[in-house]
Amino acid sequence: MKTGLSVFLVSFFALGASWLGFVYAPLQQLGGEKQTVILQSTDNWPLQRTGEATLGLQVYRANGCVACHTEQVRQSGAANEISLISLGPNKAADFKEFIKSMMIVPDLINYSNTIVGNLEKWNGDLPVTLYSGDDNTVVSTLTDKLKPAGVKTDARLVASGTDIARGWGTRQSVAADYLYDEPIQLGNVRAGPDLTTVGVREPDLNWQLQHLYAPRSVVPSSTMPPFRYLFELRKKINGQASPEALVLHEGFTPPAGMEVVPTTEARQLAAYLVSLKANAPLYEAPFTPVTAAK
Amino acid sequence: MNNDETKSFCASGIDASCRVPLLALFGGAVLWLVLGLVLGLAAAMSFHKPDMFANCACLNYGHAQAAANDLILYGFVIPAALGVMLWIFARLSQAPLALPIVPVVAANLWHLGVLIGTASILMGDSTGYTWLEYPRAAAVLLFAAFMLIAVSAAATMGFRANREMYPSHWFLFAALLWFAWAYSTANLFLLSGHPPRGVVQAIIGWWFANNLLFVWLGLAGIGIAFYFLPKLAGKPLASSGYALFAFLTLIFFGTWCGIPRSAPVPAWLPSTSTFAAMLSVIPVLAIAIVAWKTVRRGPFSLTFGPCCFMRFGTLSFVGSSFLYIGGYCPHGSRVLDFTWFGFAVTQWQLLGFIGMILCGAIYYILPRIMEKELPQPGLAKASFFFLVGGVLLYVVPLLVGGVLQGLKLVDDQVAFEKAGEAALMCFRISTTGQALMLVGALILLLNILILTMHWKLGLLKTAIAAVKAPLESSSAPGEVKS
Repeated sequence: MKTGLSVFLVSFFALGASWLGFVYAPLQQLGGEKQTVILQSTDNWPLQRTGEATLGLQVYRANGCVACHTEQVRQSGAANEISLISLGPNKAADFKEFIKSMMIVPDLINYSNTIVGNLEKWNGDLPVTLYSGDDNTVVSTLTDKLKPAGVKTDARLVASGTDIARGWGTRQSVAADYLYDEPIQLGNVRAGPDLTTVGVREPDLNWQLQHLYAPRSVVPSSTMPPFRYLFELRKKINGQASPEALVLHEGFTPPAGMEVVPTTEARQLAAYLVSLKANAPLYEAPFTPVTAAK
Repeated sequence: MNNDETKSFCASGIDASCRVPLLALFGGAVLWLVLGLVLGLAAAMSFHKPDMFANCACLNYGHAQAAANDLILYGFVIPAALGVMLWIFARLSQAPLALPIVPVVAANLWHLGVLIGTASILMGDSTGYTWLEYPRAAAVLLFAAFMLIAVSAAATMGFRANREMYPSHWFLFAALLWFAWAYSTANLFLLSGHPPRGVVQAIIGWWFANNLLFVWLGLAGIGIAFYFLPKLAGKPLASSGYALFAFLTLIFFGTWCGIPRSAPVPAWLPSTSTFAAMLSVIPVLAIAIVAWKTVRRGPFSLTFGPCCFMRFGTLSFVGSSFLYIGGYCPHGSRVLDFTWFGFAVTQWQLLGFIGMILCGAIYYILPRIMEKELPQPGLAKASFFFLVGGVLLYVVPLLVGGVLQGLKLVDDQVAFEKAGEAALMCFRISTTGQALMLVGALILLLNILILTMHWKLGLLKTAIAAVKAPLESSSAPGEVKS
């Protein structure tokens, strides 16, 4: 390394290689990404947000919400799961015997301990998980064998992981989820909970506004700072509350004769939060959605 | 050569040529450091008393923390590092600074850019990309200022008397290219009006952040340390071969880190980063060996001056880099991602590693370019304790808190609130560290201000004397006439 030129060339080559790898290649691979289709459906994913929610993303950006919240769910694995929904005409004791007698079937024989063990622990409540694991043939065999006996089962593919167990989503986040996010707000600190599916957990706009104005009025253990500057504290006109005024819980209400009215930004931010619902099954992140078939 | 050139006859002339540009860079940089620490304290208050800034938009955590981070990085670290770089290039070249007016103009442009950027963040006009929060107007100013300083630095390097390049040359010269390329790429793609779709924005952001926080800080900080460590130890740099090896491995492996394990992107991206992070252990170890061999058995007196700053900074580089790399381990990242751990490592890199190296360099350079001793040497020593103690008290509790929080977060039987509570006390302790650093930074600022005042007063006196002198001499013949 005797001359400036050699240092320049070596540095140029090193940085240029990583530029090609981490800037150019992702642009080629993902830069032209389009909407995909939700599994077993003809619906497109993701959908463009509505106007208020699109503007709400900018309020989210401007207030630096990303400093404490992530919008990405991690997954550690996936399992095929079969659970018993209804026994039909059968009795629980007979059903247990029936299952035990079935364990000689070649597809099931390796899992007999697990399946019988699950049933031994069963206290009679429905639904109960019969098997949860990697092997899909167990699930299909059990479904086929139990159907003629009038027993109703539910076979599902479920994603697993801490984030999913916490109820922050039903599957991992994938690149397709962020197609319309500009700027993308992935976040890297979870001082507050993940917001990937906050719109599923708390779909009520009024709840979101109450939470923004006084977080501890709806989540007593919250450490979130209140965003009162997004709300206007004003006098009621002729003692009449405005229809837009926020309904607050006891202990957080404004002084008598006053009311709290959310500003446009607060309403947009709440609309954005409610729009966060990345929970559709996709090809790269499959799972069986829970259907309300009861 | 490192020791010879200080003895060369024109050392004071070289220092004098750096005076105005370096004062412009250092003065503003330390002022931004103080402001950044104040804003960081304000941000931390949200975790002591969440209601504190409920009615004040510009000081809520999201605004204040982003502004504080950028003030430390763009306000303090980069201009101060550029100033030290100019001085080192001039000293190594045994030539006065080339185009000295250019860095003065550039320093003012840079500080203007930082001012615009900080005001924009506080007023809610941040771009929303981590480490690129400054809007377009500020980014253009920063880039232009950087290029101007790079021209002056490269020209100074080009005029070097000894054509052989010293290891610091490689690191610092590469740093000039690195920032220009990474910063322009990130800004052109993300802030040009049509950012790429979805996660590509995040990938470019990670690439940029890694190249700035790991590679650029490493190049600049270690380049400066490789100049000062041998100088202060009174020995040559242990081995140029090792240094070259460290330089090459750092730029080839380090630049591929950056994509977090948990990122919702195609798996080849985080896998590549993990692999590169494991390989990045090599340059960090090599740098540790070079530094250790250089300072080992050298004369060492506990003066708490530049020497101690440099050693603490180099040690911090090794420590923070290992933790940074640890964050890419498949098992480590499960626990450490999304906790205060990553935040703590970044703060350690910024304040503990390059921040301390820069403070040491400023304390060393300042009396030389001003040709005047520091006004209160005792106070300067005290600032070492405040700064280093502050960094430790700031970073260590955050690291511990991050690990505790992560261990609770991965266990889905523990409620999310419990994980937050586990880190909260550590976070609150770390605030005292921020306060200590603020005191240390204020002392540094005071030193710069006093020396500047002395210099300006001296200029004023000479000017007055110059104005008075011809009057007296011209009046003398007048008297004769009358």
